[in-house]
Amino acid sequence: QESQASGLPEYIKIVEVGPRDGLQNEKVIVPTDIKIELINRLSKTGLPAIEVTSFVSSKWVPQMADHKEVMRGIERHPGVQYPVLTPNLQGFHSAIAAGATEVSVFGAASEAFSRMNINCSIAESMEKFEEVAKSARNMNIPVRGYVSCALGCPYEGNIRPAKVAEVSKRLYSMGCYEISLGDTIGVGTPGSMKRMLEAVMKEIPLSALAVHCHDTYGQALANILTAIQMGVAVVDSSVAGLGGCPYAKGATGNVATEDVIYMLNGLGINTGVNLYKVMEAGNFICTALNKTTNSKVAQASFNTGTI
Amino acid sequence: AAAALPKRVKVVEVGPRDGLQNEKNIVPTPVKINLINMLSETGLQAIEATSFVSPKWVPQMADHTEVMRGINKLPGVSYPVLTPNLKGFQAAVAAGAKEVSIFGAASELFTKKNINCSIEESLERFDEVMTAARAANIPVRGYVSCVLGCPYEGKISPAKVAEVSKKMYSMGCYEISLGDTIGIGTPGSMKEMLTAVMKEVPVGALAVHCHDTYGQALANILVALQMGVSVVDASVAGLGGCPYAQGASGNVATEDLVYMLNGLGIHTGVDLQKLMDTGTFICNALNRRTNSKVSQACCRL
Repeated sequence: QESQASGLPEYIKIVEVGPRDGLQNEKVIVPTDIKIELINRLSKTGLPAIEVTSFVSSKWVPQMADHKEVMRGIERHPGVQYPVLTPNLQGFHSAIAAGATEVSVFGAASEAFSRMNINCSIAESMEKFEEVAKSARNMNIPVRGYVSCALGCPYEGNIRPAKVAEVSKRLYSMGCYEISLGDTIGVGTPGSMKRMLEAVMKEIPLSALAVHCHDTYGQALANILTAIQMGVAVVDSSVAGLGGCPYAKGATGNVATEDVIYMLNGLGINTGVNLYKVMEAGNFICTALNKTTNSKVAQASFNTGTI
Repeated sequence: AAAALPKRVKVVEVGPRDGLQNEKNIVPTPVKINLINMLSETGLQAIEATSFVSPKWVPQMADHTEVMRGINKLPGVSYPVLTPNLKGFQAAVAAGAKEVSIFGAASELFTKKNINCSIEESLERFDEVMTAARAANIPVRGYVSCVLGCPYEGKISPAKVAEVSKKMYSMGCYEISLGDTIGIGTPGSMKEMLTAVMKEVPVGALAVHCHDTYGQALANILVALQMGVSVVDASVAGLGGCPYAQGASGNVATEDLVYMLNGLGIHTGVDLQKLMDTGTFICNALNRRTNSKVSQACCRL
């Protein structure tokens, strides 16, 4: 009742990106069995979607070289989605062969970022994604679309909301069921989040939107709050805040799932996720990575000895 | 839906007092003075300088008189100091203080553990300070701790926060700073608490003092701004851990707050680069990493 009265969504779907976005951006490469253990633990927390791995050439992303083994090795819990990244048709076929039942494609609102990241223009990348989307449609495989640099680009700087809306619309029209808008370098603030969402919401129904905020400048939760105040009901996050920022050495990246859930719990918003179990999974992976968690909730909780 | 935000926000810098008081390492007097002088150059309008409390209780603030006398006082900048009682108030004024703060709490247990008396008794002590301050034309800022939760009592009722705030405001405090002492609040509890307090104290006299122990500070501050609050406390480099959760963070970092306010087009008058430089200075002196994410990211402004 509390969330309804405030105009916020009653339920928010959390998409856990730690095993892919998180681990891909950690310094230490994690062995396959640890990845599988992490995903299995996350499957028991109530998370409805866990991004498992990336079917990208191991030449480009060595951290995800074991994509087939991970895909085949994890427990698949009923009611939980296990999307994987597929940059092109080849990756898509490989993913399906390994048992994937949902895929993601990664676009960007910045030409420079698109060139630097995947070595082609936005238009060219959309053509590749069209191929994936078409095959996916034939096989009844849902496709999630990501738009990077939605609030700023490490190369271009400011990104116009209209451009984000244009790229989002292109991905949505080709059949992506959901568009995840990513503040890739975490430069956004509630002001730029609001302007960007207003532009995108003209082209895409609210229920098909997600936000993927990075906490590099500490703005993630404030940005997420702004998004949910505007009705967005899908939020990406990473257990223990795994995944640094490749564009700002030593800086943080993904927002921590624990901290997001803490906020949503406090707002009376249902997520179906057990915060304590997520903290335990976070503790597991941080121990394996030999690092301290980026989650403030986990830091505070483990230190007081109370949850 | 997001409401109209204030056009200007006053940032109250609490690093030299609340921050340093809660750091493991004690910093020598010249470093404190340099910190405050650097902060004075950033455009901040209010810098909490020190605390006139017995060094037996708070050794980190033992040099209060030297600090107060040693700092450059820029015109247009206020340098409030904590004064828990009449004795502290008199020492503060003798040392040149022109504004003081008193610290109440919305929790009986916290008051008992923190200053060894009941809320009622603490307000009586403050009354003495208020009377003296009024006679000396010295403005008094009132703090209410534990507004969103207490390390001992747990949940705190918004009505209790409103009651204590009203009492302190009626006594003559020009501003009431509402502190989420253990950082446990979320936008939901912040909204509920402010709704109750705003029935008793005008929003123009309210400030929020959020701790980032659970990462919720900026989201909580955003909600407060949406409700019309236009004074926000913060600590350079996020100085000051949480005494109730070992190793956890405490104050929200001024840099991260200013970054958000800049992005919202809200005027603060604060130069973010100079603030970051000040944070770098004090972290080097304390031999610790900054708690400010903006400072950590650093390279893309």
